[in-house]
Amino acid sequence: MADSSANAGPKLESMKVVEGSYALAHAVMCCSPDVVSAYPITPQTHIVEHLSKFVADGKMPSEFITVDSEFSALSALVGSSAAGARCYSATTSQGLALMFEVLYNVSGMRLPVVMTVANRALSAPLSIWNDHQDSMGARDSGWIQLYAESVQEAVDLTAVAYKIAEAEDILTPAMVCMDGFILTHVYEPVQLLDREIVNEFLPPYAPKIVLDPKNPKTFGAFVDPSMFTEYRYMQYQAQKRALLAIERADREFFEIFGRSYGGLLEVYRGDDAEIMLIAMGSVCGTIKDTIDELRSDGVKVGLIRIRSFRPFPVEAIRKALADASVVAVIEKDVTVGNEGALVSEIKAALYNSKVGIPVIGFVVGLGGRDVTVAGVKNVVSKALGVREGRMDHEFEFLSLREELL
Amino acid sequence: MQNLFAPGHRACAGCAMPTAVKLILDAAGPNTIVASPTGCLEVISTPFPESAWEVAWIHSLFENAAAVASGIDVVMKRLGKEDTNILVIAGDGSTFDIGIGCISGMFERGHNVKYICYDNEAYMNTGVQRSSSTPFCTNTTTTPAGKVSFGNPLPKKDMPAIAVAHRVPYVATASVAYPVDLRKKVKRACEIKGPAYIQISAPCITGWNFEAGNTIEIARLAVETCLWPLYEYVFGELDGVKKVRSKKPVEDYLKTQGRYRHLFRKEGGAEVIAKIQAMADANALKFGLLG
Amino acid sequence: MKLSLGAMAEPGSTRVTKTGAWRTFVPQVDHEACIKCSLCEIYCPEACIHQVEGLFVPDLDYCKGCGVCANECPRNAIEMILEEK
Repeated sequence: MADSSANAGPKLESMKVVEGSYALAHAVMCCSPDVVSAYPITPQTHIVEHLSKFVADGKMPSEFITVDSEFSALSALVGSSAAGARCYSATTSQGLALMFEVLYNVSGMRLPVVMTVANRALSAPLSIWNDHQDSMGARDSGWIQLYAESVQEAVDLTAVAYKIAEAEDILTPAMVCMDGFILTHVYEPVQLLDREIVNEFLPPYAPKIVLDPKNPKTFGAFVDPSMFTEYRYMQYQAQKRALLAIERADREFFEIFGRSYGGLLEVYRGDDAEIMLIAMGSVCGTIKDTIDELRSDGVKVGLIRIRSFRPFPVEAIRKALADASVVAVIEKDVTVGNEGALVSEIKAALYNSKVGIPVIGFVVGLGGRDVTVAGVKNVVSKALGVREGRMDHEFEFLSLREELL
Repeated sequence: MQNLFAPGHRACAGCAMPTAVKLILDAAGPNTIVASPTGCLEVISTPFPESAWEVAWIHSLFENAAAVASGIDVVMKRLGKEDTNILVIAGDGSTFDIGIGCISGMFERGHNVKYICYDNEAYMNTGVQRSSSTPFCTNTTTTPAGKVSFGNPLPKKDMPAIAVAHRVPYVATASVAYPVDLRKKVKRACEIKGPAYIQISAPCITGWNFEAGNTIEIARLAVETCLWPLYEYVFGELDGVKKVRSKKPVEDYLKTQGRYRHLFRKEGGAEVIAKIQAMADANALKFGLLG
Repeated sequence: MKLSLGAMAEPGSTRVTKTGAWRTFVPQVDHEACIKCSLCEIYCPEACIHQVEGLFVPDLDYCKGCGVCANECPRNAIEMILEEK
């Protein structure tokens, strides 16, 4: 199986060392949203501050609504999007939780809003630091969910997200998830997008029917039990179509910008890998470093980095695991009362397939806990144990501080 | 009259709200976009695939119509269509209670949104539960009158005053019983740039418990007893009131409705009625309704 | 019918539902007594009273028989009578 990872193509933009939030806000500006509606919350704040400055400086001719809450932020975009505007918001954690009701509404009304989620833990106890519990809690909301490993990828995914969300056969909102602080506040070299080149990649949003007194349609009628199932099925089908659209958008993005990430998932050093790790987001950087080290010691380990969690790429995962012996899922969330959400979904994806291999799961990095190379090595050694027939735990909290309990 | 709210809707026979809606739309005209929250209005007017609305209309959630309208407003400005009337037409539950955060934000940001509340003084769509618009000592399903209770123990929230406090340029009360006044107020709201708030008395047959034909008569009695003063605030100043020629005692209004029946049957009811009368008298004084 | 995205509906399409079937009492207009004040048309919650050749006539396809028109008519020119079906 061929590895596909971020590869350097023609350099259409110059590389700049900037803060992740700046790069992301710049990417949003290049996508030319008509309306931005957002409420400040750590660690998303820098993104909206930069956007506000772009607007104030006349660089970004968008309407910026300084709303009274995240709930209002996304609600305002229901009106703007239905009126035909390209819409953007950004939030995290408690803010995303406060939007919960609106998330379902936006997707059900088929409004292609794009939103950055600067992933952060959910209270209680209060934590402003990174994990994935916020967006995982919204996994059933009907939104497309894309997870970035790097600032560059979050930047690129922003344009890609609009491309997918606004496609006529998809019309589904999309979240671009980037790890709070780890990516939003880091300074690293980024190739900033260029508005004109983005325009080549991303056609203007031109919905056929909008809120318009001259064509006075009713938006959001209520639907009785005889038709509700079909409405959900239509969303389900649109997400299925998004599986292909995400692959296609990755290729198209590569053609114009010279960067590709592998589409639905990235397989890193997957050739002959016996132990396959699966993860999402910035932790994959640490995992890749660990894999490089272990590979030089002869350990056959690779990584499947899930980029699209919704739609969930079941077929691509099965294919990528065809030759593996053990799967170890590393994730920054926990479904209290069961196990990690990702490990459950990986198991479900394999259950009716020919890939009958053991799957173990590890919760890492909750509330901003650093994930170390040593931690990942620990996961790999447990996976090696499983390969030899020792499964002590199907699921565990990695590096738990037992002395505190 | 322009008919922009079609028949075939599913409101109860004699419901005041469709009358209010058709009068609002008659005044606003076809160059209008309406956002409505979840509630009776949404349910009776848009049973998919049907809709009673002849103007552009959107429903999102129970508590966000003001925010949705804010989003429409910025797009209309952007498109140079500032002459479009953007209305919210909402019940009192979503206005006084669950949606007030979004409303406060919309008012404060000064959106060109005319927020119109049809006020039937309780959560009617869910079965007559108390809202903060429910008047003092009203029988509702969550503030039932009983051996030790006269119903809702709290007075009605003064929502127009909250709008005035937001420096909303145009704030008014209206009643379905006064259609000329109602239409004039909607027109005036549309003419003044910026947000507006209009609160319309809209009796509910099932929730207030009266005969279907009496809807308008009861709304009129609310005005004639001074329990529902009709007034306008323009740029924060009281700009006009509808005078009450001959003020009627509150009993005349209360006895028409099952939701106040306990006041006439229970011991101590007379004292409660006296308190309600004092509220009406205070309205008359505050707004100069008499003479 | 195919489902529209976002449960979008056509304007005024409730007209396909004839709510007149709900009715028990039916308004009977005494056109001679009518002074054409149009209050019945203004107050009608169904928006189903219209002037037809100068006369105010309830559209019985939609009239639910609420009796608001009869109650509000200043000349008592409308009477609600039990409808025989």
